[in-house]
Amino acid sequence: MTVESTAARKPRRSSKRTSAAKTPAKTPEGSEPQLVQLLTPEGERVEHPDFEIDLSADELRGLYRDMVLTRRFDAEATALQRQGELGLWASLLGQEAAQIGSGRALRDDDYVFPTYREHGVAWCRGVDPTNLLGMFRGVNHGGWDPNTNNFHLYTIVIGSQTLHATGYAMGVAKDGADSAVIAYFGDGASSQGDVAEAFTFSAVYNAPVVFFCQNNQWAISEPTEKQTRVPLYQRAQGFGFPGVRVDGNDVLACLAVTKSALERARRGEGPTLVEAFTYRMGAHTTSDDPTKYRADEERASWEAKDPILRLRTYLEKQDLADAAYFTALEEESETLGKRVREAVRAMPDPDRLAIFDHAYADGNPLVDEERAQFAAYQASFAEEGN
Amino acid sequence: MAAEKMSIAKALNESLRKALETDPKVLIMGEDVGKLGGVFRITDGLQKDFGEDRVIDTPLAESGIVGTAIGLALRGYRPIVEIQFDGFVFPAYDQIVTQLAKMHARALGKIKMPVVIRIPYGGGIGAVEHHSESPEALFAHVAGLKVVSPSNASDAYWMMQQAVQSDDPIIFFEPKRRYWDKGELDTESIPGPLHKAAVAREGSDLTLVAYGPMVKVCLEAAAAAQEEGKSIEVLDLRSMSPIDFDAVQTSVEKTRRLVVVHEAPVFYGSGAEIAARITERCFYHLEAPVLRVGGYHAPYPPARLEDEYLPGLDRVLDAVDRSLAY
Repeated sequence: MTVESTAARKPRRSSKRTSAAKTPAKTPEGSEPQLVQLLTPEGERVEHPDFEIDLSADELRGLYRDMVLTRRFDAEATALQRQGELGLWASLLGQEAAQIGSGRALRDDDYVFPTYREHGVAWCRGVDPTNLLGMFRGVNHGGWDPNTNNFHLYTIVIGSQTLHATGYAMGVAKDGADSAVIAYFGDGASSQGDVAEAFTFSAVYNAPVVFFCQNNQWAISEPTEKQTRVPLYQRAQGFGFPGVRVDGNDVLACLAVTKSALERARRGEGPTLVEAFTYRMGAHTTSDDPTKYRADEERASWEAKDPILRLRTYLEKQDLADAAYFTALEEESETLGKRVREAVRAMPDPDRLAIFDHAYADGNPLVDEERAQFAAYQASFAEEGN
Repeated sequence: MAAEKMSIAKALNESLRKALETDPKVLIMGEDVGKLGGVFRITDGLQKDFGEDRVIDTPLAESGIVGTAIGLALRGYRPIVEIQFDGFVFPAYDQIVTQLAKMHARALGKIKMPVVIRIPYGGGIGAVEHHSESPEALFAHVAGLKVVSPSNASDAYWMMQQAVQSDDPIIFFEPKRRYWDKGELDTESIPGPLHKAAVAREGSDLTLVAYGPMVKVCLEAAAAAQEEGKSIEVLDLRSMSPIDFDAVQTSVEKTRRLVVVHEAPVFYGSGAEIAARITERCFYHLEAPVLRVGGYHAPYPPARLEDEYLPGLDRVLDAVDRSLAY
């Protein structure tokens, strides 16, 4: 890849930050940190000396399919929220490459600790996308068994899961297993003490964990400048492990960089911080309004770097997919959208007594007492004939 | 092993040793728990015998200690973590309350959280700020946690065994000023359930309910009252969440008077919960309102004033007199 060509496409805001005189960045004055890139926004394949990747046509089409279906699922969920079927939705629009690239780098026996926006990673893990919607519809706090797909529940409190990932990775090392763990978080979470503590613990215990930060430029309405004065990937250096910034809209680069970090973890060389430099094209969640805090031109500049478009351009230029392929995928997308819509509408409300289920694993007499009182109270309506 | 006299500290040490021996998935984690054996030496000698991989000295980061323990539990381990002092638990409070307590329910029962958090707590040792607090009500208020505190060597040993075997997270408050009190320990006796209260002394005129460090104060108060011809029953709660209300009710139906004693501030304290429930259950049995003796709604004072703050014999006996005067 060429540093110059990447630098020319940097968002204005970030350039301003790193060129600030007092910014103690490691990069030379006025220049952006180097982004690992293997596929340019124009759909051109470029090489990087440290991160090579060689994929078959099937694999390339697979990545494309994953991104398209994930975007379609996400669009359906956003629509369902607007129609009152979901209470809230956290869209991943724009972050498909970061999630599919990193998600497809994982082995089945690796373990994932997501935040609440990793719908694409969940897709890669084989979690049925309809299971992701229970929390947002309000019927549960996570509708899947984390151990079925080695994909932990979504974590709402920012950054907490980076410590869970680190502890889990410490356990992996104790077990002598050669699997790895990946923790997802955002640029806003990088300000949390828990993330710093996770970096400390993982470094001290040489835990096989990859910290995958999707820097989507905005933590609700707060830009990355409100979180840090150094490029986020450089944080790792102070904790004693490598950090790398990858073009988060380049699915090939995300795949290659994550794979490399996971292999490093498997070899017993400890953690890596990957900063996927990307952009959240939509709102933080359906409850905020990005037009209040960011300029339209900014989104437009990132639309030119759309992760799906650039891979499509590449596939077309290389004759790796024809019109029939794209039409069939479009139909598959619509089928998925329809399935998701029907599944959400068919989701039953939980049983009333579920309030008390699973509060404790070993039981609790107080919970038993309150459950009995609640059940009797509910039954009293039936007796009155209501 | 036959019954043997030993301190609470030693009983805890023996119990942790037994846990490490019995289950290879048990780990001990915390600040200074290794070579030093903890600032109270509760883990003394354990790293030497079980290795740094089982008895883990951690970075000085409480959220990190609990957060990584959660991850280890998800991997199938059973971590016992030590928070060095009561007032140091708050950096970990978020992990305990938002993560540890709720993980089992969030996963609809699919995952378990067998984590024990040991916290030396309470005052009476002349310590500096943040080393003498009793935050048990803050944890008891949180669904998903169980909160216990032993008052004697036998309970210290057995309750720790039960806590380690539990699939629920247990906040294990250790009464630090009683660490060196000795009592009988029979490591072969079969204990009752973890949440059951125990009658520490039988009586017929009034019930004193206490747990942890205050049980001894209440037993002394009962002995003093005996000299004045008053028969006081002392109930050792042992568990602050859940609370064995049946045991309290049984005692109050007999004595008709109840005084709850704890070191923590009275305001919103566990005494309030006990008073409210027992008033509901025993309204027609009570001869006097339920009274509470405890700390004040003020930061824990400097050590030179802690004897004024902590419930002592006189304050407990005063409450006994007030109750009996109704």
